[in-house]
Amino acid sequence: MRTLSERILGAGAGDYVDAEVDRAYVHDGTGVLTLEAWKAMGCPGPAHPERLFILFDHIVPANNGTTATLQKELREFARSRGIHFSDIGGGICHQLMGEGEVLPGEVVVGADSHSCTLGAFGAFATGVGATDMAAIWASGMNWFRVPETIAVRLSGSFHGAVEAKDLALTVISKLGMDGASYHALEYIGDGTKSISMEGRLTMTNLATEAGAKTGLFYADDVTQAYLRPFGHQVDAQVPEPCTYANEIRIDLGDLEPVVAVPPRVDSVRPVASLEGLPIDQVFVGTCTNGRFEDLQRFASIVRGKKVTVRTIVIPSSAGVLRKAADTGVLSTIVASGCTIGTPGCGPCLGAHMGVLGEGEVCLSTANRNFTNRMGIGGSIYLASVATAASSALAGVLTVPEVDHAS
Amino acid sequence: MRLEGDAVCLGADIDTDIIIAGRYLRTKDRQVWVEHVFEDLDPSLGARLRGSVIVAGRNFGCGSSREQAAVALKEAGLVAVIAPSFSRIFFRNAINIGLPVVEGECHCASGDHVLIDLDEGVVSCGGARTPVRPLSARMQEILLAGGLVPLWRSKKK
Repeated sequence: MRTLSERILGAGAGDYVDAEVDRAYVHDGTGVLTLEAWKAMGCPGPAHPERLFILFDHIVPANNGTTATLQKELREFARSRGIHFSDIGGGICHQLMGEGEVLPGEVVVGADSHSCTLGAFGAFATGVGATDMAAIWASGMNWFRVPETIAVRLSGSFHGAVEAKDLALTVISKLGMDGASYHALEYIGDGTKSISMEGRLTMTNLATEAGAKTGLFYADDVTQAYLRPFGHQVDAQVPEPCTYANEIRIDLGDLEPVVAVPPRVDSVRPVASLEGLPIDQVFVGTCTNGRFEDLQRFASIVRGKKVTVRTIVIPSSAGVLRKAADTGVLSTIVASGCTIGTPGCGPCLGAHMGVLGEGEVCLSTANRNFTNRMGIGGSIYLASVATAASSALAGVLTVPEVDHAS
Repeated sequence: MRLEGDAVCLGADIDTDIIIAGRYLRTKDRQVWVEHVFEDLDPSLGARLRGSVIVAGRNFGCGSSREQAAVALKEAGLVAVIAPSFSRIFFRNAINIGLPVVEGECHCASGDHVLIDLDEGVVSCGGARTPVRPLSARMQEILLAGGLVPLWRSKKK
């Protein structure tokens, strides 16, 4: 009996396979080197432009002339070759691929480490670098070593203010930053049923922070309901009994709000143990936690109140922004004193708008808290949306007290 | 393939942000990456990479998929990286651009002379020889060609 990765790749753990890539995408950051490598390969094509996506998200809109010129070249290339293209403000590549572009059972490759996000749909989704992606542009194929799988067996359901982000960080703290290297993570068990598609995307997004090749959920009725408005009727994937390299068990009811302390994502502590920590900026967004459910949750906590620390909220896509506008969520967030950024990665990677000053502390819903990532001398604490909202109101790190029902 | 150089020892979990920061990615000018490689770890380190072998702790190259990290090291003149384990994307990137990466232990101090024999699968330092994990046949082929781009070009001829 096989793991989901083995079923999708059609071979056993440890085997090397050459697989057709169903969807392949780059962003404005990795696309530049991909195009350079692809041109150097001297191949005609690309082989299957209809499977390729170029999605601008890393520095949007362009911050200077150099960036603008690099983006211009990629934009013109995408349009001239019939490659799916999303310009500045369209949204984060992983989010856009998750808006109906990826289906269960597909092989999905992105030139970004967080491409594992799409495993939430029961796809085999993983990240590569620019030259690997150039080879996919040239041939439509890539080689993979079929990973062994670590099972994350979930039971129970979240209580209080705990959300998928707290679960994901807890999993990373149990595994360590390289605890899942070369492995896939499969999230199984009854506990998965209560986790929304948005929550699953948060969890698979963070699989790479434990070194995993990908993270996967089996497609079920939650997946089916999410994909239906995009016009997709998909089959559920039924888990087979199989041998896992390792298994960790978590009762969702045992979890509490946590924070990842810089400079390591696996340095995870209860928010309660650091309550009162002064913060200079709150950032809500990214491919980890910038979806509509996240913005809605943030709005439900800050409604009718004012944030007391500068707070940047960035929807993960134009679709998310529009839904937030249509439902009043955006108005609530703006009224609370937050500033809204262009859909995209924002300051997460420290390249532009919203970076930190020397000695400043940011409480962020993103996925990395490495040294200097969001600005030289700045520190990044990673937390859930609820923790970010409660802390934005208080101006210091604060345990969230909202209930899921609110 | 035989390689050698003086060791530059680093710790575990060296991430690609610390190899080349996000603020330097918006360019195709490789010299920019060479000038700023490891800037946030030790601004003097970049100048010491030419002809050297990085001997690091586990999980080298974790984090972002940015291929500029591997390119910066190669363009700075680094001979190879030896580490007990690598982040998988960095590992693939390094091979794909022709930077030798070696999975194994190497007990040495900075400045020690390190020999790498990829055919035999051994690293040596001060008379101590340690076996390392062999590369797959495909990865050897890519590395010997100098990277995936030259390999593709050679196959077209």
